[in-house]
Amino acid sequence: MADNSLSAPAPKLSPGLRASLPVLVLLVAGFLAPLVTVAAYAFATPKSFDVFRSFTLQNFASIFDPSNSVWTSFVWALALAFACVAILLVVCYPIAFGLNKVFGKWSGLVSVLFVFPLFVSENVRLYGWVLFFIKNGVLDGALKWLGFSGGPELLYTPGITLFGMVYVYLPFMLFPMTLGIAMIPRDLVDAASDLGAGRFMIWREVELPLAMPGILIGALLTFVLAAGAVAEAKILGGQSVITITQDIEVAFTYAQNWPMGSALALILVLIVSGLALSAMARLDLDKILGKR
Amino acid sequence: MSSVAASALSDSSAVSKTPRPVLQLVDVRKVFDGFAAVDGISLDIEEGEFVTIVGPSGSGKTTLLRMLAGLESPSEGYITLRGELINDVPSNRRPTCLVFQSLALFPHMTVGDNIEFPLRVRKMAPEERRKRALELMAKVRLPEDYYSKNVMLCSGGEKQRVALARAFAYDPDVLFFDEPLSALDYKLKKLLEKELKDLHRESGKTFVYITHSLEEAMVMSDRIGVMRAGKVVQIGTPEQIYSTPADRFVAEFFGEVNVVPIRRADGGWLRRDGKPVAVAPDVSIDGDEASVVIRPEYMRFVTEEAGADNTLTGTIFNEYSLGSRLQYQVRSRTGRTFLIEVPRAAAWKGNGEVTIGWDAGNAIVVGG
Repeated sequence: MADNSLSAPAPKLSPGLRASLPVLVLLVAGFLAPLVTVAAYAFATPKSFDVFRSFTLQNFASIFDPSNSVWTSFVWALALAFACVAILLVVCYPIAFGLNKVFGKWSGLVSVLFVFPLFVSENVRLYGWVLFFIKNGVLDGALKWLGFSGGPELLYTPGITLFGMVYVYLPFMLFPMTLGIAMIPRDLVDAASDLGAGRFMIWREVELPLAMPGILIGALLTFVLAAGAVAEAKILGGQSVITITQDIEVAFTYAQNWPMGSALALILVLIVSGLALSAMARLDLDKILGKR
Repeated sequence: MSSVAASALSDSSAVSKTPRPVLQLVDVRKVFDGFAAVDGISLDIEEGEFVTIVGPSGSGKTTLLRMLAGLESPSEGYITLRGELINDVPSNRRPTCLVFQSLALFPHMTVGDNIEFPLRVRKMAPEERRKRALELMAKVRLPEDYYSKNVMLCSGGEKQRVALARAFAYDPDVLFFDEPLSALDYKLKKLLEKELKDLHRESGKTFVYITHSLEEAMVMSDRIGVMRAGKVVQIGTPEQIYSTPADRFVAEFFGEVNVVPIRRADGGWLRRDGKPVAVAPDVSIDGDEASVVIRPEYMRFVTEEAGADNTLTGTIFNEYSLGSRLQYQVRSRTGRTFLIEVPRAAAWKGNGEVTIGWDAGNAIVVGG
């Protein structure tokens, strides 16, 4: 039997398929299986582990029950994510532009400075900010030492949560954007200027549209990451706002209600992927790059 | 500094003749990190002229053009447009337009939007813009239905036309061309060269064109400037450049030539092999070293019936057909290779040793 399968190529796999088999196995086992499990749990009996054996819509019914306030967590998560992306767009564009056109030989160093924090765990960095903003911490203490009345009460507010998210996700916006701006051919900017366009018109009509693939990819990446953010709201925000990821975490841990956690997770995945896909549909890379 | 500028300007305007040149360059230099890409060029370009700057790559011709277009500013010297100093006038405030080697079409715009770009800059009304764009498209022979076509879907020749139409939409006084035809196939190139020449005549605008192709320069230009290592070594009509090259570099740049080094001796000239060389009586060369430049078509086979002023013997080692003409490579006894081009009717029938030669009147003698 073994001989047979070796000599005769019974399962006719194309060379491409055979070569991609390891990746396919990895994707199915590591990517698809957990998703399927989560999706299955979402339809299991509440507060049980009867996955694949029970089917009920009770989890969803209780989420959509008007008396359940979990929707505020969705709103907070998405609102913070949108705000985070909006702020990052404004903050990163000048830096990305500088990395391409202004900093010259220093741009390598500047890039490294932006990458460097990624080597330190996100939680550690966030606790660092806590030490910075906390009463009698770096900011407050320094101001008092200088004779001022002390720093503002920033910690444990939604605002500081947003600040933390902007801080943590900045590289994920910055680098795709930098690549996007690097894709603008120098000749096109020169040509636009040569044809009489001023700085603003060149930016609006030439640079921005041509950098758009990079900008949109950065926005998409940071939005997806920010929508699933939890550490910023817990550590810096002190749970002044509860994001949906935190609700999901609680359902899986303290509450031991995996079906509820899965149902929430499934809804989050649907919302985020729906938003991301609708953005992707507008992002016609081929058209932007002029290949079609 | 400003007094220097003023005196240089008054000097140059004193020198300029009527009609006053559109563009005037006075000792223009551009230095990049200690390297002079353009090393002291003075040049007058007259109204309505078609001037071509030719030179090998790295000769500084693109840098020169970028300075004229305002994309670089000169390190030294003065560039004036209609008498006004424009050294530091940015490109978007110059009435000049550059057609880039890459064409620099906006890939995210349609053909129409590309052509209308300079009109949008001027805030022309949309209907008027469209009308003008369609006129220009007709002028450069682009079909009307290309107006809303994605510019990246156009063929090489069509892109060329779009770039031209866009440049004309800007309505510049002077158009610059940075080897825009270099990426096209031979036939299309020939066609577009003719069309460009027609456009030049019809529009009456001043064209400054750069290329490394002699052929392109010869076909289109009123005057040709030859650049080498950041300097203009010769400028003149195509005929002047072809028949009286200033030096060996220009002669060799303008196609395949035979070069025979000679030295002065007793009021005459000798070849390296010691034989005397007959040169035209009007040749005047300073110095004792010179080169005789003979184009292959002026070389011929020497027979007993048809002699020549200068002869040499060698063996044929290669033969090429150029269609109606034939080319032979002949290796002389001293080991030099000579190129000789004859009509097919005068094909060499014999074999082995040949004697080739040229008449003094057909050779050019250049210094060095």
